Formats: sequence, structure tokens, C-alpha cells
Amino acid sequence: MKKTSMVVFATIASLFLLSWIVKGMFSEGSSPYLDGFLVTLAAFLTLAIMSFLYKDNPYYKFAEHLFVGVSAAYAMCLGFWSTIVGNLIPRLSSTVSDFFQVNYIEGDYNIFFVIPIIFGILLLMRLSPKAGWLSRWPLAFIVGTTAGLNFVRYLRSDFINQINSTIIPLLIDWNGFGDFFSNMNFSATGQLVMMFSNLVIFVGVVCGIIYFYFSKEHTGWFGRASKVGIWILMITFGASFGYTVMGRISLLVGRITFLFKDWLEIIS
Amino acid sequence: MKRQLPFLLVFIFGAFMTIQYYIPHESSEFVYTFLLDWTMIIGIFALALGIWSLYQVSVEKIKHKKENWVYSYVTLFGLFIMVVLGFTFKVGDSWGLYSVFVIALMAFLYCLINASIAKSKGLWFGLSGVALVVLLGIAYFDDSWGVAFMTSEGLRNTMFTNFADFVMTPILATMFALLAFFIASAAYRAFRARNVLASLLLVSAIIVMLRFNPYMPFGLPELIAELSNWLMNVPNLAAQRAIVIGIGLGIVATSLKVILGIERGYMGKG
Repeated sequence: MKKTSMVVFATIASLFLLSWIVKGMFSEGSSPYLDGFLVTLAAFLTLAIMSFLYKDNPYYKFAEHLFVGVSAAYAMCLGFWSTIVGNLIPRLSSTVSDFFQVNYIEGDYNIFFVIPIIFGILLLMRLSPKAGWLSRWPLAFIVGTTAGLNFVRYLRSDFINQINSTIIPLLIDWNGFGDFFSNMNFSATGQLVMMFSNLVIFVGVVCGIIYFYFSKEHTGWFGRASKVGIWILMITFGASFGYTVMGRISLLVGRITFLFKDWLEIIS
Repeated sequence: MKRQLPFLLVFIFGAFMTIQYYIPHESSEFVYTFLLDWTMIIGIFALALGIWSLYQVSVEKIKHKKENWVYSYVTLFGLFIMVVLGFTFKVGDSWGLYSVFVIALMAFLYCLINASIAKSKGLWFGLSGVALVVLLGIAYFDDSWGVAFMTSEGLRNTMFTNFADFVMTPILATMFALLAFFIASAAYRAFRARNVLASLLLVSAIIVMLRFNPYMPFGLPELIAELSNWLMNVPNLAAQRAIVIGIGLGIVATSLKVILGIERGYMGKG
């Protein structure tokens, strides 16, 4: 380690240690030093991640690697609690349920819950070079059920329902040309805007799909429709971009508020 | 046998999950929920496999002293501390020797990793044995904490929830917040009104961003809000729908190819 890096490390460690002690001294609650440590740790990790804006550095790498380990264990614990102990153990036997202190759920077909355990053990066979091929069976089960489920689910939600929602009336509360022009309303919920919006949705969806259809050359009327499709897509990408940026900015505001309010207590 | 049986399993379960949707009968729905439960249970085993992989990769990195190998210790310590916190909870008023238990566990892990990579294995195995004795001793004699198996018990361990709130959340939120800077920098280069398409992108992005700006001049916000809402609810909806229809068709086609055994890439080689 270079001398400069040592000095930087010592300074940072001293500052955060000081922060922990000061926060512990002035915190209220049953365990002030623990609270102080947690807030200081969160502040350190926040600043460590932010330091990446300068360049990749050891503090960023520390936070990044810590996150990988902690989040993997977090998912593992939650999965074990809710699925293994919550769903599997109560159906295996009353003895096992008593050991894990969960209520046994009686059922005529509980014996079939042994099968996912066998499949799970077979999946772990992937670790063995000789018996690794056995892990294909549970994989085949998961792939098969997921494919069957997705086939129907996406056909219904992403295809039929989307087309169903696009086939909408282009004339809303239509009472004839005279009424339409004499009662023209430019508000967002007015008849004119609603009719225009429905037309944009219908044309936008059709032209958007045409743009993504590459089996026919984009020339003539097909090309013109494809061009309208690009316009609509560009508006969408712009809107999505703006929405994402503002979402990220709001997260940034949240982190800065944490640093200045919860950690440094500069703002109230 | 090694390859044909898995394809048969994929076809049987895939076909069943497809057909059961068209049979709204009690027994069909029962088998359907049964299979979903099976999938979730097997998924946890897959998660365990993933964690074992993470452990192996980290140990290998330490063993061969690959680039940034020191940080693998951080990953492993984070992983094991969180697992310990997740499977233990406070029984009495105080934590007793719990902190010593966690430190002994980390020492045990450190010694064990070094025992597998160092030349003087005996020393490290001896040290890990000492750490193990301390661990087991505390676990046996200390009654102030117990082993947790359920969500309710696990969440009673405040350190587990604290690690989620003060370690995971800040890192995750800051990582996403950092994207604001990178997106802004990318936008500076990309957002130039060179032609109609780029101008459309620029204008719609500015309108949506102004919508969420609290420092808008008086009078403008309502108009901007209405325009932004219209952009999000009409043209954005239309294009998103076109994209979703395309994605949906892609998923349906891929699922069908998987069920019928045309797509076999997931099975790997061998």
C-alpha cells in the first residue's frame, strides 16, 4: 500500500470513528452506540459508492463486494424462511414440523412434496463432475413448467389483452358534426382531446408494430407507417428517459437528505 | 437417456401447464398450484447452489491471488455474517456472548479458507479447530439467543433487519442514484437537436423532466403537467404497447419452441 493511500485510509477511518463516537454520545434511545454505528456505517457506504464518480477505488470495491455477500445471504434467508419452512416443512411430517416449530398441515397428497426435495438434491448434483447430468432433470422440470406457464400468460396479457385495449372507439360520445364543433372543448378530459388521444394510441400501436416488422422492406405506404412508428418511439424514449432521470434524481435527493439530516444533522 | 428424458419432462410439464389453463376444473387447478409450489422449492435449492458458487469463486480468487482478491474476504464475511444473523434470534433480555460467537465464526471461516490455500495447513486447521470449539461451546452454553427457522423469528433479530436497512438499502439506493450522473453525461452528448427524431426525443424528455421540477415559473406547471401526463398516457402508452406485443409474441414463440424441443440451448453441452 502506498504512503498516500495509508494516510487517506487513516484519515477516513479516524473521521468515521469520531463520527461513531459523537453520534453515540448524542443519540437518544436504548442503544445509542449501536444506532450511531449503523448510521455511520450507512453514511460510509453511501459515500464509498459515490466515490466512484471520481474513479474506481478501494472504498467503492469494498462496498460493492459487501453488497454482493449480504444481499445473497438476505435472499437465501428469506427464501428459506418463507418457502422451505413456510411451505415445505409443514407438509412433510408432524415430527419434522415439530422440530421446526411450525404447524403441520394435513393433506392426502403431502407425500408428493418429497419429489421437489429429490429434484432439489438432483440439482445440487451439478457440483459433481460425474453425476452432473442428473441436474438436467430438475432443470427440465423448471424450464417446462415455466415455458408452459409463460406461453398462456404472455399470450393473454401481452398479446390478446393489449390488442383488445387498442381496439377502442375513435369517436367518443358522438352526437353529430354540429354538436361536436359547437361544443368544442380543449381540456385534457374533453371530447376533442379524448378522440385525438384514442386515434394516436391506435395509429401509434399499429405503426410501432410495423416499425418492428422486418420481413417486408420499409418502402411505400409501409415505409411511411414505419416512419410514424419511429416518431412515436422517439417520443416514448424521450419520455421514458425524462422519467428515469427524475426517478434517479429523487433517489439522489434521498441519499443526500440522509447524509445531511440523519448523519450530519445539519438540516432538520 | 441423459438428454432424451429431460426433453420428455419439459414436454410433459410444459404441455400440462399450457392445457390446464383451458380446463377450469378443481383438480386441474390443484395440480397447477402443486407444481408452482414445487418450482419455488426447487428454486431455493438453486439459490443454495448459487451461494455455493459464490463461495467457491471467492475462495478460488483468494487461493490464486487474482485481481482484487482481498475483497473476496469482504464478500465471504458479509455472506456468513448475514446468514448467521438470519438464523439466530434473541431469546432473553440481552444478547449474551452472541458477538463473541459471530467473531469466532468469522475467525473459523478465515482459518478454514487459509487452511485450504496455505502451505502450513496444520497450523490453520489447528486454529480453525480452536475457533470451532469456541463456537460450539458458546452455542451450547449460551441461552440468551436461539436458532431461527421462521420469518417471524428471523425478523426478531434486529441486527438482520439493521443490516438490510443500513447496509443493503444505502448501497442499492446510491448505486441507482449514481446513474443520474451517468445518464446526464450521456444525455449531454446524445441530446442534440440534429434532426426531427432527435428533436422529438429532446422535447418529450424536457417536458417530462419539467413536470417533476419544483422550481417551475408560476402558471406553467399546470400546462406542463397536463402535457407531460398526455405524453406518458398516450404516445408513450402506444409505443410501449407495440413493444409489449412484440415481446409477448417473442416469449410465446420461445416457450413453444422450448416445449416442442426445438430450442435446446438451456440443456448445455455433453
